[in-house]
Amino acid sequence: MNPPYLNSGLPQPLPAPDGLDAAFWQGLTDEKILLQSCCDCNKWQWGPEWICHHCHSEALTFTEVAPEGIIYSYERVWHPVHPALKDQGPYLIVLVEIPIADHVRLVGNLLGDPHQDVIIGSQVQAVFEHHETEQHPFTLLQWQTIN
Amino acid sequence: MKERTLRGKVAVAGVGETAYYKRGQAPDAEFKLALKSIKAACADAGISPKELDGFASFSNDRSDPSRLAAALGCSELRFSNMQWGGGGGGGAAAVGNAAAAIATGTADCVVVFRALAQGQFGRFGQGSQSNVVSGSFAHTIPYGLMSPAQMFAMKVVRFMHDHGVEQNALRSISLAAYHHAQHNPRAVMYGRPLDEDTYDNSRWIVEPFHLYDCCLENDGAAAMVLVSAERAEEFPHKPCYLLGAVGGSHYRAGASVHNTPEYASSTFPSLAPHLYDMAEVTAGDVDVLQCYENFTGGVLMSMVEHGFCEPDECNEFFVKERFLAPGGDLPLNTSGGNLAECYMHGLGLIIESIRQIRGDSTSQVANSEVSMTISGPMVTPVSSCIFGGETTL
Repeated sequence: MNPPYLNSGLPQPLPAPDGLDAAFWQGLTDEKILLQSCCDCNKWQWGPEWICHHCHSEALTFTEVAPEGIIYSYERVWHPVHPALKDQGPYLIVLVEIPIADHVRLVGNLLGDPHQDVIIGSQVQAVFEHHETEQHPFTLLQWQTIN
Repeated sequence: MKERTLRGKVAVAGVGETAYYKRGQAPDAEFKLALKSIKAACADAGISPKELDGFASFSNDRSDPSRLAAALGCSELRFSNMQWGGGGGGGAAAVGNAAAAIATGTADCVVVFRALAQGQFGRFGQGSQSNVVSGSFAHTIPYGLMSPAQMFAMKVVRFMHDHGVEQNALRSISLAAYHHAQHNPRAVMYGRPLDEDTYDNSRWIVEPFHLYDCCLENDGAAAMVLVSAERAEEFPHKPCYLLGAVGGSHYRAGASVHNTPEYASSTFPSLAPHLYDMAEVTAGDVDVLQCYENFTGGVLMSMVEHGFCEPDECNEFFVKERFLAPGGDLPLNTSGGNLAECYMHGLGLIIESIRQIRGDSTSQVANSEVSMTISGPMVTPVSSCIFGGETTL
């Protein structure tokens, strides 16, 4: 297993106490991307919400999408704003859109050389980054370009 | 004239601020800073603070109006208001909320204020220090996306990509602010000019933001007193009237984890037309502009969305000379703004906008009669407002 993209010590994600995004986090642990969709009108939405923004139905579910997307935007971070990142050096954050899910977007890191040229519109593949030894194990959703 | 409007119904009685400090260096507690700025604004208006009957602020200001009214000995409290959400995006909205209270007879003499002591309460520009995070932040912070600069850079990257905008467009905004700060003794960056080479060679915070594309972090407080327009002549300064104020955001701007459909935006596409509609002016009528620089990219997008230039013309439009007072055709951030005067969550920009109408700016624009402020681009809600001189009524 590859080491995590970012140094350890950053705040760790917990499922929301109200349960709204629990299925998503469980999905990542199972190496699946589960996003919220409406059982009545089939619209997708992200982040998750209690009702469908389109038809206001409360019948929402989490549906698996293929582990691939397109870079919608990105940023290369240089200045560390957290002690854990003090010796990290530059790193890349990408905003990845999922075209088959009404183009909803997910935030992750772009694996590989942090100095690489990032091309908006290029295809990326999901990488599930497991953090199993933590007190509350979790999985992050990372991305890598498809050559 | 429209029946439901704020246009011409409210005037500015006075403005005031404390000295502005680097973050953590204010000698006073935050609440005392708030009191001092309110006292200064009342002194500028020539009224007793005891006449205040309303308080309006934004960004979850910690100085509670009931305690303020008690501390100031106000004879009564009739309006205690907070613009919800959006941080600095609430500045012009707080003015609009106060004005609405006055226009509807809910209150008579309302102070809009903002106080910040980051030494006392922690910094804006730092990431979360907790060990765990949940809710929408769980989907961003573990990826190292946690500071304001990081929250907004991807919007600007996408806008610059879509419209071929070059770095020099951002640089011109920063240079103009620092230029004006050299004329403003209140400015934290007074005596510290910025040139092209220094900007170009400054470190990246997060691309496309160099150090000088990012606002300061400061301590201090600022305040302005608003009254009914009928009273505008009672005060020492040239009358300054509110022509319009709006606060809000476009469709699903609050969709979490960066899912706003119109993403590469300052959040003003649907809102800005409402401002011009209320104020009954166009972008071409604006004599001088104060535009909130959390980051220069937000200035770029919010000026586009307020109709000052087309998105594909930014490289030609965003040149420093255009933005310099007094000669430029659209003087911008004439006090030095959030980049070089002080980051008082943008309330200083609104005060500067008023000073331009009164004629007492340190970088005064000749015959300034229509003066606009844009607050807090890229957050939600955002807001903007326009002040005018007597000839605009």
